Amino acid sequence: MSELTLERGLAALRAEVDGPVAAFFSSCVHCGICATACPFYVETGDPKYTPILKVEPLRRVWSSEFTLWGRLMSTLGLTKKVTDEMLAEWEELVYDSCSMCGRCSLVCPVGNDIQAMVRKTREGMVASGHAPEGLIAASVRAVQTGSPMGLQWKTLQVQIEHVQSSTGLEVPVDKQGVDYLAMLSSMEVINFPEYLEAITKIFHRAGVTWTLSTECFEATNAGIQIGNKDVAALLVQRIVDAAVKLGVKTVISPECGHAFTAIRWEGPNLIGKPYPFEVVHIIELLDQLRASGRLKTEGKESDRLSMHDPCNLARKSGVIDQQRNLVNLVAENFVDLKEHGKFQWCCGAGGGVSSNERADAIKMAAFKRKKAQIEEVSPERMVTMCATCRTQLEEGLEEFNMDIPVVGLTEMIADHLVEK
Amino acid sequence: MNDPMDFLLWTKGPAFEWAVAIFAFGLLVRVLEIFIIGRRPNFAEPRAGEWGPGLRTVLTRSIADGGTFQRAPFNVVVGWIWHIGFLIALLLFIPHLELIKSLFGFAWPGLPNPIVDLVTAVTLVALVATLVHRLTHPVKKRISTFEDFLVWGITFLVVLTGYLAYHRLINPYPLALGLHILSAEIFLILLPFTKLTHIFTAVIARWYNGASFGRRGVAS
Repeated sequence: MSELTLERGLAALRAEVDGPVAAFFSSCVHCGICATACPFYVETGDPKYTPILKVEPLRRVWSSEFTLWGRLMSTLGLTKKVTDEMLAEWEELVYDSCSMCGRCSLVCPVGNDIQAMVRKTREGMVASGHAPEGLIAASVRAVQTGSPMGLQWKTLQVQIEHVQSSTGLEVPVDKQGVDYLAMLSSMEVINFPEYLEAITKIFHRAGVTWTLSTECFEATNAGIQIGNKDVAALLVQRIVDAAVKLGVKTVISPECGHAFTAIRWEGPNLIGKPYPFEVVHIIELLDQLRASGRLKTEGKESDRLSMHDPCNLARKSGVIDQQRNLVNLVAENFVDLKEHGKFQWCCGAGGGVSSNERADAIKMAAFKRKKAQIEEVSPERMVTMCATCRTQLEEGLEEFNMDIPVVGLTEMIADHLVEK
Repeated sequence: MNDPMDFLLWTKGPAFEWAVAIFAFGLLVRVLEIFIIGRRPNFAEPRAGEWGPGLRTVLTRSIADGGTFQRAPFNVVVGWIWHIGFLIALLLFIPHLELIKSLFGFAWPGLPNPIVDLVTAVTLVALVATLVHRLTHPVKKRISTFEDFLVWGITFLVVLTGYLAYHRLINPYPLALGLHILSAEIFLILLPFTKLTHIFTAVIARWYNGASFGRRGVAS
């Protein structure tokens, strides 16, 4: 990798300025309402976590280089410059205390998509050498091994064998000409192996033809979390290559939020062209199977369940009704959190925060917003559909001595399949 | 220009022309700055078009969601009060409508003076409240810049000088009216170079926001 310098960082920020960024910064009235939408501010009360403040490096570049007035002031030496010292200070604001959950983007009165600008700002942070160690390490592992956690196929192979012996079903690998390529996240493989078993059973019953790929099983994208388009594009291209080689019609994004954003929304733009296949989140696919009568369940969970919507899935991707259709299929006592769907609150771990060990304390502070939401409806269990959210919910609930188990929606559905 | 009447004529004549010219040129540049940069093509298969959701957000973002209202009631309520008050005073005060008619050849019915007077008084109080809030709320203190106070100052002055002129609290009257017109002209001149630009660009920002979320299937 060539040397990371302030100059490269500024060039990366410059490359990120577009019409929306110009419209957003032109419109900000410094009202501070974005802070009230941010779990990192709400739970710490520290005004440095105000979302619009987090994108100040990008604003300075826009103001001094992309506006006539700013250029004039810059020529006269009257503008504040982006310096290495500033970026070093901002590193915590742009990474540790922002999960890019996008809630600020939904409440800003003038319509500023602040989350999108944080994503852009991270490009400049990486290029100038101001990204957190944890995310750098995850990105390096993702590029070198295919997995941000360094997970190798042989580990997954062991799991596949477990699933095959416990279900008596084949887990298809490298099957040509099937309809779907299923992707996984390393976090899921390590923490929640029940997911693979669940989709194996569900797809078998629903008659879905699918496969895993030995060439690429990792759906997550450390390049997007850290904010480096080159890394992000490389990781997306691996999925595209695997899907094209197998000739599938659709790629399934697993129970992970950011992987879906990465593959579904950023991916085609990273590689500069549309995909020759579709991308669906597993929850979308399960709901399609439900609607078409291919997903048949029996029995219902009787305890009081509530649900955490992953930001990337609900607010940032419009998958909101599907998980409710599915949970209502198998639960008779489901209650939504008060603010849910597009207005749900982040668990605090997304956007790379969970890969950044330095952010552990503030990650848990931000979780208190979710905790308060959960306390409002007092469920006996929580359901979610993202391995990162699920890990954070489990760790957070344990931290606060709340005895509320967390379950993945896909495995809950699999538990209720009608026996053939 | 020691004669108040000369001052008034200057504000209505050369000063007005300069102010409008700077405003128009500045605003044109600001809007061009946004549209010339444009957006890169988006290759991700959209769930919906951009125009409908964009226009929807242009309208709906004026109303805070329930949670934001609960967490920032001052911002929402006082923000609404003074914005609406300012617009009523600007667009429904009969002398303003006469000016509009003389400039554009048409106008609309105004409100009785006592109502506009009351609204103006409320607006002044609300504006003072926003200043106190900016000086005391931790978030606003952290993110405020000189520009925020400059813009507050000129906005307040426009309303205040109008109020003082209407009540003949500055004498002679041509001086009072001249000061009001001059402050409105300074407001116009500052508009394209400060956050006052949001009067025009917030529509564009909201559209981009609504379009971006809309194509992903979210009504933002």
